[in-house]
Amino acid sequence: MATTDSPESPQKLYAAREPVFPRRVRGKFRALKWWIMALTLGVYYLTPWIRWDRGPNLPDQAVLVDLAGRRFFFFWIEIWPHEFYFIAGLLIMAGLGLFLFTSALGRVWCGYACPQTVWTDLFILTERWIEGDRNARVRLWNAKWNLRKWRLRLSKWAVWLLIGAATGGAWVFYFTDAPQLLGDLFTGNAHPVAYTTIAIMTFTTFFFGGVAREQICIYACPWPRIQAAMMDEDTVVVAYRDWRGEPRGRGKQREGLGDCIDCNACVNVCPMGIDIRDGQQLECITCALCIDACDEMMDKVGKPRGLIDYIALKDEVHERAGGHKRSLIKHVLRPRVLLYTFLWAAIGVALTVMLFVRPVIDLTVRPVRNPTFVTLSDGSVRNTYEVGVRNKHGESRPFYFTLGIDSPFMVNVEGTVETMLSVPADTEGKTRLYVTAPAGTDMARDDRTEIRIWVIDGVTGDRTFHDTVFNGRGQ
Amino acid sequence: MSDKKQDVGTTGHEWDGIKEFNNPLPRWWVWTFYATIVWGIGYTIAYPAWPLINGATRGVLGYSTRTEVASEIDRFAEMNAGIKAELAAMDVTEIAANEAVSNYAIQSGRATFATYCSQCHGAGADGVAEGNGYPNLLDDDWLWGGDIEAITYTVTHGIRNGTDDDARFSEMPAFGDDYLSDEEITNVVAYVRSLSGMESMGNVEEGAVVFADNCTACHGENAQGDREQGAPNLADAIWLYGGDEQSVEHSVRVGPKGAMPNWNARLDEAQIKAVAAYVHQLGGGE
Repeated sequence: MATTDSPESPQKLYAAREPVFPRRVRGKFRALKWWIMALTLGVYYLTPWIRWDRGPNLPDQAVLVDLAGRRFFFFWIEIWPHEFYFIAGLLIMAGLGLFLFTSALGRVWCGYACPQTVWTDLFILTERWIEGDRNARVRLWNAKWNLRKWRLRLSKWAVWLLIGAATGGAWVFYFTDAPQLLGDLFTGNAHPVAYTTIAIMTFTTFFFGGVAREQICIYACPWPRIQAAMMDEDTVVVAYRDWRGEPRGRGKQREGLGDCIDCNACVNVCPMGIDIRDGQQLECITCALCIDACDEMMDKVGKPRGLIDYIALKDEVHERAGGHKRSLIKHVLRPRVLLYTFLWAAIGVALTVMLFVRPVIDLTVRPVRNPTFVTLSDGSVRNTYEVGVRNKHGESRPFYFTLGIDSPFMVNVEGTVETMLSVPADTEGKTRLYVTAPAGTDMARDDRTEIRIWVIDGVTGDRTFHDTVFNGRGQ
Repeated sequence: MSDKKQDVGTTGHEWDGIKEFNNPLPRWWVWTFYATIVWGIGYTIAYPAWPLINGATRGVLGYSTRTEVASEIDRFAEMNAGIKAELAAMDVTEIAANEAVSNYAIQSGRATFATYCSQCHGAGADGVAEGNGYPNLLDDDWLWGGDIEAITYTVTHGIRNGTDDDARFSEMPAFGDDYLSDEEITNVVAYVRSLSGMESMGNVEEGAVVFADNCTACHGENAQGDREQGAPNLADAIWLYGGDEQSVEHSVRVGPKGAMPNWNARLDEAQIKAVAAYVHQLGGGE
């Protein structure tokens, strides 16, 4: 319960950001991060340029979000708007995947694969190339604005802007033919939306990755606040073995001191500007750069590695009691992780199955209810249905409607006496379909009759149906 | 939280032993907050916002959704001006062959129908309900002809309206006013219903004689109707004023006759052609 104590002391309402100058670091986790950066950025930038021949009338881009045509192309898969459940399923899988990895390995997404991390890493890398490593950057930060500072700052911002522009450019390439758009962008013929999108993406990338950096993770991102719910004492996180390192101290005389030489290497490399030795913190994205930095130092002073390490809370309890760290697999194999894995895989399997069993033809049938039926002069009763047939093929197709070979109903497409509707390539053909029950038949007399409307592809013979009802005179 | 932040103190709030640090807000956050206040004030000055007794402040930009809608309507009217002129100049029989004009005619005809015609003929053009005297425009039965030229003429001049000299005109006498006896009416009703295979009290043979003497001039020898006079076909399954015994008898007694306004007074030529094209393609057009 809240106590009624008054605040202890009046504080300033706001505080300036404390600048963070991560030092360069080498090590296996740093190398892993470089590889992941290369892979993710490579996939992101290059995917729109993969060609995929779908025949005439269809785009040749392997991955294309065709907003104008309301379709999504992914290699051999074509998703129409009514099949959006595939996208929804993938999004749910992405969410569950995040739960899965977080419950097993903590904020591994944040530390390695999150775009914010990847681009911030890239921006810090270019910053280091231009302005130098940590100490040089701290000096430059404190220096007066002279010609050199202006030159370094302007060139850094220019490179950041270029990276940002490339980001925006890569994004718009997913939405239209990439080579065509690239040419149009440079000749000034591209759609204003493309320029606007690139401008917004350039600004947000520049600002998020270059200026705001860890502020996004701490203040803007909801994920740090949610992820605690997925973690428990078996979750592997980055931690400092204080039972081994404390009391920390500098100097050669190590008697009475722990392994921590208080060199601050772990603090200096941290992109979030925290000290991991203070324990688990909301800001920590478990990028493990402090592990690399500390291991390097431990090697130099001849101590075993792992003063800062990937470790679970259970390990800490074990080690304090003189036991050993358990293997990763033992931490991972637990009901929570297995449940997330199962759910994730179940949706994946379901989506894959649906991909292969989805109907070749899409038929929609909407009975017209105003009026429900029309009596014709010969006493026959006619119902009208608004039907839509989607032709997913690259050329025009005839589609035939029928209610079955021995059906007494007569079928005709509005404006014709035919049962055929010709649908142009890759569009949905819409028409009104008249179904007529001859005078004196049960269907004409009865209130409602269940009917099944079939549509048959005139070329392949593929067919599908839609069940609906026929309204008679109800006498 | 890290140790270095302990010097900010706590707010004095405590929940189950968990205390709340009195950390200051990030500076950029405070600035953003102030910026939204400035933006909000500017917005209420620029756009209609503050409620007054008779409406709201207009805003210095003079924006209103009403003028926006009006300008959108003007824009679409301008865009359609060319095709509308083409429709107005075109012979109605040629509309169906011209895809662009036909498409425009049917879509705008649908809107015109909903505005001016649906009050009597129903939103679905089925005459509101069977047998109430408003013709169903979806079926294949036409009193005055169902090709597009006949429909256009009907829409243009109307029926029995007394305001257009060219209106279609015919009148069925009220046979209950001393023309026929009650028995003759009962018999002729039986005869007319028998043509559609329906039974009723009354003598069919005698009814046939009554029919031949009084009704064939308009409804024809075989009761097939006459489109020249708008006389309904009495041998089919469609009954404008209802086909049950009471309804048919009522029709014979009072001679019902609906009227339709002449729309040339209220719609322009393109609108009339459009509504005719729309009605013609509803499923009963000839």
